[in-house]
Amino acid sequence: MSLVIKGGKLVDPEAGTIRAGDVICRDGRIAAAGPGAAAGAPADAEVFEAAGLFVTPGLIDMHVHLREPGFEYKEDVASGSRAAVVGGFTTIACMPNTAPVIDQTALVLSVLEMAERAGLANVLPIGSISKGLAGVELAELGGMFQAGAVGFSDDGKPVMNSELMRTALQYAKMYNVPLITHSEDMHLAADGQMHFGAWSALLGLRGIPAVAEAGMIARDCMLAELTGGRVHVAHVSTELSLSILRWAKSRGIAVTSEVTPHHLTLTDEEVSRTSYHTNTKMNPPLRSDADVRAMKEGLRDGLIEVIASDHAPHSLDDKDVEYNFAANGIIGLETSLPVLLTKLVATGDVDLLTVVRALTLGPAKVLGLVRKGRLAEGMDADLTLIDSETSWTIDPRRFESKSRNTPFAGWEVQGRAAATVVGGRVVQRDGRICV
Amino acid sequence: MGLRSKDILALQEMTWEDMQLILDTADSLREIISRPIKKVPTLRGKTIVTFFHEPSTRTRTSFEIAAKYMSADTASITASTSALTKGETLKDTAYSLEAMGVDCLIMRHGVSGSCHFLARHVNGSVINAGDGTHEHPTQGLLDMMTIRRHKGRLAGLKVAIVGDVLHSRVARSNIWGLTQAGAEVVLAGPATLLPEQMPGLTVPAYTSIEDALRDADVVYVLRLQRERQAKGLLPSLAEYARNYSINRVRLALAKPDALLMHPGPMNRGVEISSEVADGERSLIVEQVTNGVAVRMAILYLLLGGAA
Repeated sequence: MSLVIKGGKLVDPEAGTIRAGDVICRDGRIAAAGPGAAAGAPADAEVFEAAGLFVTPGLIDMHVHLREPGFEYKEDVASGSRAAVVGGFTTIACMPNTAPVIDQTALVLSVLEMAERAGLANVLPIGSISKGLAGVELAELGGMFQAGAVGFSDDGKPVMNSELMRTALQYAKMYNVPLITHSEDMHLAADGQMHFGAWSALLGLRGIPAVAEAGMIARDCMLAELTGGRVHVAHVSTELSLSILRWAKSRGIAVTSEVTPHHLTLTDEEVSRTSYHTNTKMNPPLRSDADVRAMKEGLRDGLIEVIASDHAPHSLDDKDVEYNFAANGIIGLETSLPVLLTKLVATGDVDLLTVVRALTLGPAKVLGLVRKGRLAEGMDADLTLIDSETSWTIDPRRFESKSRNTPFAGWEVQGRAAATVVGGRVVQRDGRICV
Repeated sequence: MGLRSKDILALQEMTWEDMQLILDTADSLREIISRPIKKVPTLRGKTIVTFFHEPSTRTRTSFEIAAKYMSADTASITASTSALTKGETLKDTAYSLEAMGVDCLIMRHGVSGSCHFLARHVNGSVINAGDGTHEHPTQGLLDMMTIRRHKGRLAGLKVAIVGDVLHSRVARSNIWGLTQAGAEVVLAGPATLLPEQMPGLTVPAYTSIEDALRDADVVYVLRLQRERQAKGLLPSLAEYARNYSINRVRLALAKPDALLMHPGPMNRGVEISSEVADGERSLIVEQVTNGVAVRMAILYLLLGGAA
């Protein structure tokens, strides 16, 4: 069975072009993409009229928490997959801080099985670096890689033990997969509730200084240099961190990074503006205005390769408590694209191609997904069709995610994923899942 | 003419007009405290609950006495004897109290922002009796009242707040209240106990206490919480006392008629010496009296209208 996406605006993040054209999908792959490609489509192909829509390679969110196994009341692989495709994401990589922790081969296989059953998005497991996220012993990296893990991370916790980090980098290098670092000095960040600065002083909340992140990024970069391993810095959030990354790249160190939509759009003032609403609480915390500006600059100039949401579902019981007692994190799968289109693209801060590249080709390269992230013959037929015009209001009650913890509730946004195509199959159209 | 908000959460959020209204009302209600029969019917039929998650002598008693002088009914809960020890959440506790018809909840809590959280979940009034290291607005108001009664004004006075400013909710409330009133506030303490500059403020902070005290009209001494040393922020209490304790010699750097204040409870010999704490410049005991007056005023302004 074939599918033809007809008359869209094809966004090619590799060539850096946006031009009118069609995409033919056949047997789960892209058979042709370009102007007039539809002419070569089989007569029985299903036709999707994409007039007015941007057609991009399927969006990839390489940093999500699906909470299964262990925390199914927050999210599970099926609900997370639904949230992904409604948000325009065809591929998501899920973090291993579940219960049990994804730290061995059999558990990677079980996540892949859950994803298979959900049957919507491509779900790529990330294994843990250390057994049980304890930061003591190396987890079964080789076995997990062979089972399908695309990277390793102790996300949620830093690997404080530098020798363990060094060993992990050496070991992961054998498989050419990145270690995705949650770079945070636990001592500097201890008991921290928000960014350290003027607003934390006003609110009487203990602050997490930028150096808690940047210092560990510097260490991880130097360990990458020492070992020849590859580091991907998760959720980079401070200007100081970016200058460390710039320095590391100038030395030729194999380091990449990602930034979240919230660190591109919200500042630490939000904690005060919302009177301590816990949907402003995440780790790393919302940073200063200067940091937010630096994040946009870093995205524009290509220093930051990836946008990832750090989708972190939590139930109301985990969140609707006193600030210090609330769980860290917010969800993002269903808000990333509209928030980015509204606050970055429509404002002229960052152009559409750059944003799309950071959601497609960027993460595909980091994770070594050779058949994803590009609009070209032979690629997986994962596509996102973006309507950049429609205005709507973010209403968490309509989310597919099991959780509602978002600081973007009530935002008036412009643009959405009009359709999501996974493996040549339209799985979402106009906000409704259609399989 | 009343307050703009149903709650008293932070002086940073309160207008100077509202603060003045509270201070003026407190001044006129204060004489009730010295009457032989300390009872006015103003808040008859109103129910007030104090809900303290941290220890307190002064503040809780002060609120309860203020409420009783105004004929309100009061109940008090402490965290250690409440269902919180059975794992009940603050939200559920708040819903239960509200369901009993409580008009005003007065809460002290160890987590900054908890009173804002509570106020989001109840329709009745919430008064912050100290939230974490954020604010203690009624303390700030009673301190302003005390200064104003002695100096006749707040604008133009230099107030030196000394000690552990970083962790002090009393300091934050005084900083916002006094600067809004037009006073000049300066801070002093060891570098590890001074906060970052807050948004919209330029309050000088000195590590030399002598620099801060010079020409001060008011010397406000903060309590040094003993656990600060355990957390490694101070080498020793003795070193702190040597460099920052307010004694007769240091107090002499301030203006000759400078006032000495402390929110209590004091660590005598640590942040303050007994000779000045008990000396003629000290308003520490009067602060407590004014605390009752300020709390009567607040309860009256929040609850008194509709009776």
